Amino acid sequence: MESVNTSVPTQEKAVVLAGDYLNKLTGDQIERECRMRIDAGCKELVVDFSRTEIVNSVGISILLGVIDTAANAGATVVFSDVNEHTAELFEILGVSRHALVNPN
Amino acid sequence: MAESKHKLIHTFGALAELGHEVANKNSFQETIKTSLHLVLGSLGIMRGGVARYSPFHHEFNMVAIRGLGEDFPLSLSPCYEDERQFLANGLEPMEISHAKVLPFFQVYDNSFERAKLELMVPLVIRDETVGAIFLGQKATGESYSSYDREIICSMGRHIGVAIAQRNLLAELERRAEENRKLYDEMRTTYKDTVKAFAAAIDRKDKYTEGHSVRVGKYCELIASELGWEIEEVEGAAVAGYLHDVGKLTVERRIINAPYRINAKESAELNKHPGVGYEILMPIHHPYTDVPLAAKYHHERLDGRGYPDGLYDREIPYIAKVVNLADSFDAMTTDRPYKRRRPAAEVFDDLQRNSGKQFAPELVSALFRGLLREVSGEAKEKRFRRLLGREYMEAEGIAPILQSALSNTPTITPINLMSLDN
Repeated sequence: MESVNTSVPTQEKAVVLAGDYLNKLTGDQIERECRMRIDAGCKELVVDFSRTEIVNSVGISILLGVIDTAANAGATVVFSDVNEHTAELFEILGVSRHALVNPN
Repeated sequence: MAESKHKLIHTFGALAELGHEVANKNSFQETIKTSLHLVLGSLGIMRGGVARYSPFHHEFNMVAIRGLGEDFPLSLSPCYEDERQFLANGLEPMEISHAKVLPFFQVYDNSFERAKLELMVPLVIRDETVGAIFLGQKATGESYSSYDREIICSMGRHIGVAIAQRNLLAELERRAEENRKLYDEMRTTYKDTVKAFAAAIDRKDKYTEGHSVRVGKYCELIASELGWEIEEVEGAAVAGYLHDVGKLTVERRIINAPYRINAKESAELNKHPGVGYEILMPIHHPYTDVPLAAKYHHERLDGRGYPDGLYDREIPYIAKVVNLADSFDAMTTDRPYKRRRPAAEVFDDLQRNSGKQFAPELVSALFRGLLREVSGEAKEKRFRRLLGREYMEAEGIAPILQSALSNTPTITPINLMSLDN
């Protein structure tokens, strides 16, 4: 299960790539990346789910934490290229109420 | 319906992961942190925390928190009334807004309000409050359904068990540490008792006061030089301290005789190894062979010792160590009928009797220990404390020891044909 995080550190917008399985290990990495971008002044945080097949409960909790942190910093969060299954999960759990979810 | 199925699969997956998490080898902190993630993520809860309850301090201490803010108190103290209510509640989630009759929720009202907490779940395992889970709003904005509460209750049970397990482990560690201290104290008491015994034995013989203690220390030094484990070295020391305990039953006039004793007196004195064995046998010593060392410390490799005339391999090894230490002390202390012998003479005697009376490797060990101290290699001057500075600084002692070491045979010679009848 690879987890590759890349980001384009522009001032306003940052893109973080989620791995193929968003669980605790990979989720922690993503949370760290997101916090760094937000602390650096990012106002729009994009998490790229193009390679992500599964998001488990820990992953959901971490994403909610990212949303919370972004909201406190006045930044918006976008989850891009989300697969159907994950999009449905975000809808059920209310994640899509707090972040823009773009399906792939 | 599809939505419900999806949610079911997701929450059951979280339950399964939680069971796995509680059972794995991660640190307690890590387990609780992950468990909190699983609770929050299973139902899409924005923020929350898990606390461990200390019955000693009557407080909840937060172990993991997410999104509660820096101002959230890390310790929360319930009163007696709160504790009773939490116990009665069991694992049922309590709505914070409806529980404000309880002092706990009144005292921490502002903190819960700021953190936007909605539920508190006391974790009660085996009729004991072990912790609590605090949960904020759901991301959907909806209130908690009965299904949600059941999931929370099930997960709370797992987390409660993890905390209870940790408490049990901590209690076990505490008791093990207590036992270790008790054991150490008992060992110290045993060693002090042995030394007191040795002093009592030596009191009977006014001319060789300190003999048992010195023999104990020589045994310790020889055993250390041989590279024995700490416990074995201690055992050798104890064997040395107690080797002459049988003399307590020998008449003082025989022990303190300022002349060479006659055959009858000698026979009486020679009973002391056997008597020593009988005295020491019923005692449960932490070290093996202490009674045997007392019984056989006058045996010789060539079978000419007493009480049983044993040969080399028949003699317990510890008895050989005591034999050497005993003889060494006898040669290097003043007696009523003779002065102590010069170092060169003593080393020569030990070397000549190596393989006959004494095990050669033990003689070598003794010489090595002495040489290391004389040459300055050994920082502690333990032999000097026992033999006296003058003795240890006698001229030429180092070359004598070096020569003795190079000449002492390294293996016990097996030469039955040379024995006299």
